Amino acid sequence: MAMHEDDPGAMLAEQVGRLLAERADAASLRAVERGEWPAAIWDALEALGLPLTLVPEAMGGAGLGWRAAGPVFVALGHHGAPAPMGETVVAAALLSAAGIAPPAGPIAIARDGADCVPWGRHARHLALCEGDTVALVDAAALQWCHGTNIAREPRDRITGTGAPLAEGYLPARFGVEAGLLGVALLRACLMAGALAAVLDLAVDYANTRKQFGRPIGRFQAIQQQLAAFAGEAAAAQVAAANACRAADRHGLGGAAFEIGCAKIVAGEAAGAGAAIAHQVFAAIGFTEEHVLHHLTRRLWSWREEAGTERFWAARVGREVQALGGAALWPFLTARDDQDPMP
Amino acid sequence: MAGLRFDLRDSPPGSAALRREVRAFLAEQGRNWTPEVRGRSWMGFDRDFTRAVGARGWIGMTWPKRYGGHERSAMERYVVLEEMLAAGAPVGAHWIGDRQSGPLLLRFGTEAQRMRVLPAIARGEAAFCIGLSEPDSGSDLASLRTRAERVPGGWRLNGRKIWTSFAHLCDWMIALVRTSPAEKDGPRHAGLSQFLVDLRLSGISIRPIRELTGEEGFNEVTFDDVLLPEDALIGREGEGWAQATSELAFERSGPDRILSSYPLLAATAEVAPDPVPIGRMVARLVTLRAMSLSVAGMLQDGQSPAREAALVKDLGNSFEQSVPERVRDLLDVHNGPEELRRLHAYVTQVAPTFSLRGGTREILRGIIARELGLR
Ligand SMILES: Cc1cc2nc3c(=O)[nH]c(=O)nc-3n(C[C@H](O)[C@H](O)[C@H](O)COP(=O)(O)OP(=O)(O)OC[C@H]3O[C@@H](n4cnc5c(N)ncnc54)[C@H](O)[C@@H]3O)c2cc1C
Repeated sequence: MAMHEDDPGAMLAEQVGRLLAERADAASLRAVERGEWPAAIWDALEALGLPLTLVPEAMGGAGLGWRAAGPVFVALGHHGAPAPMGETVVAAALLSAAGIAPPAGPIAIARDGADCVPWGRHARHLALCEGDTVALVDAAALQWCHGTNIAREPRDRITGTGAPLAEGYLPARFGVEAGLLGVALLRACLMAGALAAVLDLAVDYANTRKQFGRPIGRFQAIQQQLAAFAGEAAAAQVAAANACRAADRHGLGGAAFEIGCAKIVAGEAAGAGAAIAHQVFAAIGFTEEHVLHHLTRRLWSWREEAGTERFWAARVGREVQALGGAALWPFLTARDDQDPMP
Repeated sequence: MAGLRFDLRDSPPGSAALRREVRAFLAEQGRNWTPEVRGRSWMGFDRDFTRAVGARGWIGMTWPKRYGGHERSAMERYVVLEEMLAAGAPVGAHWIGDRQSGPLLLRFGTEAQRMRVLPAIARGEAAFCIGLSEPDSGSDLASLRTRAERVPGGWRLNGRKIWTSFAHLCDWMIALVRTSPAEKDGPRHAGLSQFLVDLRLSGISIRPIRELTGEEGFNEVTFDDVLLPEDALIGREGEGWAQATSELAFERSGPDRILSSYPLLAATAEVAPDPVPIGRMVARLVTLRAMSLSVAGMLQDGQSPAREAALVKDLGNSFEQSVPERVRDLLDVHNGPEELRRLHAYVTQVAPTFSLRGGTREILRGIIARELGLR
């Protein structure tokens, strides 16, 4: 991908991609899955200034929007998100929006309604989101009960609470469920990245694995499956980018519709893409030793988190059903038309 | 897949106002459209409607004014197209001319050819059909056998086209035919040329073929020593394959590849007892619109996104085809409102064509697989 001087998101994403290509691999994901803290990767990502991506310039941040952050999340997902940088970027965005200066180090997000906190045990701070409030909590002051998702990523429960270091209200643009929306958008972007990586792996394998005297990628049955996968992967990427654009235009709260759509499409693509990849890799892909499962188990985990396809489809479906069939089309088009409707 | 990028495009400024204009027009025009008309969508042919659309300046929107066009942007055109499709308007009498024949002539036609047909297309008076498929040449188009030979004063055309949509109702065909034999061991698509064929010429017989719906839509067109004038050749002799494939990016990328079942989706949303399948379909639709707009933007910038268009068409066709099936999961259609029942019955019957017309699913996926580096 070319450098885009005028596109800070693409530039940052390229830096993140390069850095993770050098420093993160299957061994890093394995270490995370054993419960270790990925100190070196975290430090290198933090040194790029990523946590400040969505923090306003007035608070010392980069002042970028979701459209710039999206490609960074996608790049993280491409490498299996080996450190909680995405969560920290979102947490810093919410804290700063509520007037709280985001502290250094990893920040986890706890939100009402969700019982586990991604990366909780490793976080230095916690952004506790409830309705339109955000509180900053010292993570060391909390009791944690360790758990994992099926990717064996840390998903921990808080058992005792500590007094917040600071509290604030989110502006109206963030709505009353900013924690859910921010993490759902993050997960959609991460899935888009992981899908692109899995597709690359599967295509490479199809071009090298030989059966019946030729690479299996020469068989039309394999080609057709991988082409379908490519369609799903592209859809996930576009859906995620579309949600990021909506979050910049309408605020996180106003973008619930597009974020829901992105989480649905990315989740569907995750299911379809992982299945095709495992079919192409066959037995070797089912081994602990192979890298594939670190990404596919993350896809299966991320589609469960911050609202499943079913959860979001019920919301999106109810929203459009309330409009009635005749108003559906005007609603869909008005979401992207930039000039105001009458 | 490093090669395929879908950058988001914004709707053009003023699109809300343009949509309002088109909607008001469609509300007026569409008062008597039956569920079958709306289910047939761009496969429906209605000259009066097309003339009315032309009178509003919504055909040939992007073409230069001197050819009867309106010099508006490709994105404004996109807005008008999707409004027509969402309403299930019978746009078939101008769809092909506006979508591909006109743009082809703008790119490769002579000044005389352009002056002869473009203003008439834009007025909604000249209808075009696509003469590619033949009885023995479907997906393997390069094997086609219809021939044009040079004769004094022009060309003599012999052979047969089939599945030609609306040929029995159209004025013109753009036909891809062989003008010289493919050389042994040479590329099979060498020696093909495109012709602008006036369907009133003698020696042309057009036989409608009844579809499984019971209606007549496509045709068999036979050429028996048809004499074409010298200037019927479009572009360069022997360049027909490259010209025709450049047309395919226009043919494959549009909203007509994602919205064919939209009227059924809207009618179902109204009455469905479970919001989940509705939400899933809407999420897909939102995403496909963004992808299709992205390809429209590439076309506007003068790129030729043939592979991106193939990917969006494949994904879009699968979505369009999934709608009537999903609807059955939601409710017993036979007990539903009559409007929905008839739409569903109609869309169920035509849905198989979505992944055939304009290149089959297998052919599109082959193009994507090549892009992935698998072929
Ligand atoms: C409603 C409708 C309208 C149409 N309108 C027009 C028109 O206006 N003008 C026009 O020229 N044509 C038109 N067509 C024809 C259309 O373009 C062809 O149907 C299409 O190109 C496929 O050709 P075929 O039907 O001969 O199928 P075939 O090419 O014989 O294919 C049959 C099956 O084999 C598969 N197949 C073929 N080759 C391969 C391969 N290499 N690898 C894997 N699978 C393969 C196909 O995907 C398909 O599933 C129309 C078709 C329909 C259904």
